[in-house]
Amino acid sequence: MSAVSDHLAALTDPIVAVLHASDAVEARGAGTHPLGYPAPAGAVVVRAPSGVVRHDPDDLTVTVLAATPVAELDAALAEQGQFVPLDPRDSRATVGGTLAAGLSGVRRLGFGPLRDHVLEIRCVTGTGAVVKAGGPTVKNVTGYDLVRLLVGSLGTLAVFVQVTLRCRPLPSVAQWWSTASTPDDVLHNLVRPVAVLADRSRTYLRFEGEAADAAAVRATVGDAVEIEGVAPPGETCRGRISVPPGALPAVGAALDATGPGISWVGEWGVGTMHVGCSSSDELRAARDVAHAHGGWLLIESDGADLDPFGVARPNLALQRRVAYAFDPDGKLAPWRYGVELPAGAHR
Amino acid sequence: MLDDLAPVFGAGRRARARAEPLELSLYARDAGLAEGRAGAVCFPRDASEVAAAVAACARRGIPFVARGSGTGLAGGATPLDDALVIVTTRMNRVLGVDAAARRAWVEPGVLNLDLTRQVTQFGLHYAPDPSSQQACSIGGNVGTNAGGPHCLASGTTTAHVLAVEAVLPDGQVAMFGGEIPDSPGYDLRGVFVGSEGTLGITTRVLVRLLPNPPVVRTLLLDFASIDAAAATVSGIIAAGILPAALEMMDAEITRAVEDFVGAGYPRDAEAVLLVELDGMAGGVEAQVGAVERVGREWGARHVRVARDEAERQLLWKGRKSAFGAIARIAPDYYLHDAVVPRTKLVDVLREVYAIAQHERLTMMNVFHAGDGNLHPLIVFDRREPGTWERVHDAGTAILETCLAAGGVLSGEHGIGIEKRDLMPRFFSAADLDAQAQVAAAFDRDGLANPHKVLPAGSRCGEAGLNRPLPDGTWL
Repeated sequence: MSAVSDHLAALTDPIVAVLHASDAVEARGAGTHPLGYPAPAGAVVVRAPSGVVRHDPDDLTVTVLAATPVAELDAALAEQGQFVPLDPRDSRATVGGTLAAGLSGVRRLGFGPLRDHVLEIRCVTGTGAVVKAGGPTVKNVTGYDLVRLLVGSLGTLAVFVQVTLRCRPLPSVAQWWSTASTPDDVLHNLVRPVAVLADRSRTYLRFEGEAADAAAVRATVGDAVEIEGVAPPGETCRGRISVPPGALPAVGAALDATGPGISWVGEWGVGTMHVGCSSSDELRAARDVAHAHGGWLLIESDGADLDPFGVARPNLALQRRVAYAFDPDGKLAPWRYGVELPAGAHR
Repeated sequence: MLDDLAPVFGAGRRARARAEPLELSLYARDAGLAEGRAGAVCFPRDASEVAAAVAACARRGIPFVARGSGTGLAGGATPLDDALVIVTTRMNRVLGVDAAARRAWVEPGVLNLDLTRQVTQFGLHYAPDPSSQQACSIGGNVGTNAGGPHCLASGTTTAHVLAVEAVLPDGQVAMFGGEIPDSPGYDLRGVFVGSEGTLGITTRVLVRLLPNPPVVRTLLLDFASIDAAAATVSGIIAAGILPAALEMMDAEITRAVEDFVGAGYPRDAEAVLLVELDGMAGGVEAQVGAVERVGREWGARHVRVARDEAERQLLWKGRKSAFGAIARIAPDYYLHDAVVPRTKLVDVLREVYAIAQHERLTMMNVFHAGDGNLHPLIVFDRREPGTWERVHDAGTAILETCLAAGGVLSGEHGIGIEKRDLMPRFFSAADLDAQAQVAAAFDRDGLANPHKVLPAGSRCGEAGLNRPLPDGTWL
């Protein structure tokens, strides 16, 4: 135990020192997924250490330091025939940064949201306290589930130092197919597809499993064409719409009605729609579509003058009290959420 | 208090808020061993009535305790300090099923198994399946982040709850999570699930439903030693198979169950594994073959694959009747719950049996081996002098063994008051302070199920003392 504590203390001490010395602190990973309002001039940047601490293949768990690049984690796990579906858009992203951003990958339909892959987070709070959230085992209800609060907290609650993740065995076959079938048909006719995506012309299906099942899936879909993968919208102005999953067809139609400029890829069965635009005006139009369908749009890149969220956080007063619980002096990137508008208002 | 509640809950004989001795006694404990004391009991019919009861408590500074079916084993629903017990069993409607989107809004009093029964017509089911699933409620499942055999592949309650509507300790109604996949800000839904009624009371839940798999195969493997069975568990995982369920039963419990149910379990086995594989036909058959191979490599004497649904149900009936079967052996039992890394199962089990032997106690094990989630079960007769103390000592030693092996205090039952004072063995003062600060963000005055989960002094600078543990409390 003491060896573990010493190892962690050496890693956390420099971060604790920064938190004691500074009033405005930004935890930064690879900087590949900047969300929310940017840091003001003068904010002190802290970076977590990097490296795989231990992988226990038989326990299906892996512990890494937070700044480990996801690509490095993926490679280390693949050597033992395992993976964790973190799936950041850019695999140069760090594990800690991916968890702080909280953006689930396109395999969410099959593997669940990002938060479900995280077992334990060792972190430093705004007061400089070194805190363990969760625990190292694959099943655990010991105390409050602080892990889920931390995932997606944009660095405003704590600086992540070390995380333990739940691994999965790599399947014998993993394949993307494209088909002319509707995404609704694919979603309901197949057993446990890992992803069902669609843009305005095609449906894309991800299968992971046994070879015999792959053949059966292919037979069910009929016109399935093997493809390398699905490119998300590549435009510089990007957003992520969150709507009830049943609204995706209507959202796609409404986006198309705004004109040809907006490209989109929807995650069927999930309710996430990735949109790419050539201007912030188009992004604004896409946001209006999201709001009209009971959802919202998160700016993922280049939103120019747009509010990154466009809606207030639900339960705002409670959200603020939770932030206060971790960071009473408001040191940890409070600017991320900016000055929030009343619920319902948006720019 | 009853006067305050009368406008909403009525008065007199037909009142739904009462303080009769019989009710106070019934609601003084849950299925755990600790007995508390209720000040009054009320039975709201909807969220507004829950809010009214909570608001009345807030005004008077009276603590309140949410209670579903009362099947919890950690004393989480045991009232202390004459708390008002708010029972959600009358809020038991399935409000709406969206079969296309595979989700349903339900009230907290809906029973776990009833939910699955009501969505069977759509080819769907609710995945978390605690052993108490015929009796336990969805609201209680949310409170404890309940598990069950089929959580191995599909995750515990938190992975199946998309949104929770709750009455907060100030009487306000809030919605955490929702129909959409993500919301800006922190995942308050995530911290609420498993908070054991200390952050508020669940009044409505949006659950995720899973399509029934087209092919399900259930295997029973029997072994001449516990070690061989435990090694097979690791071997299955190492072979890249994540079964839908992977349960172990030792010799004592296997015989007890066989006497009780007659499921055809081998009476001479030292351990049996119940393995369930599901999915598409090709993959399942391949995995059945692989599990059989791994089992035989580790010395499985027989591998029985259920031939039909009736035989499959019978095998599961054996597993799920384990606790009923115990009653035939001794009047009292104490069921533990801890998790260790799967790879430590063999060593930890050996130590756990040694502890029972040392304390001269009868212990059985029936548990979620695939998760490393142990449920050592001690049967005893509390009328025998000195037994209680030995049961107590064995329990402490078992939990210490699990922690030393890199495990945690609870996998699915929760902390409640049972394990509250053991929390500092797993968490540092800073860890506990962070948890206490978050709890205080929801419950400033500490009226929501007080004295549960966190021991006294968890919050740095906190002066107040926990109520001493009541009689019958475990630790």
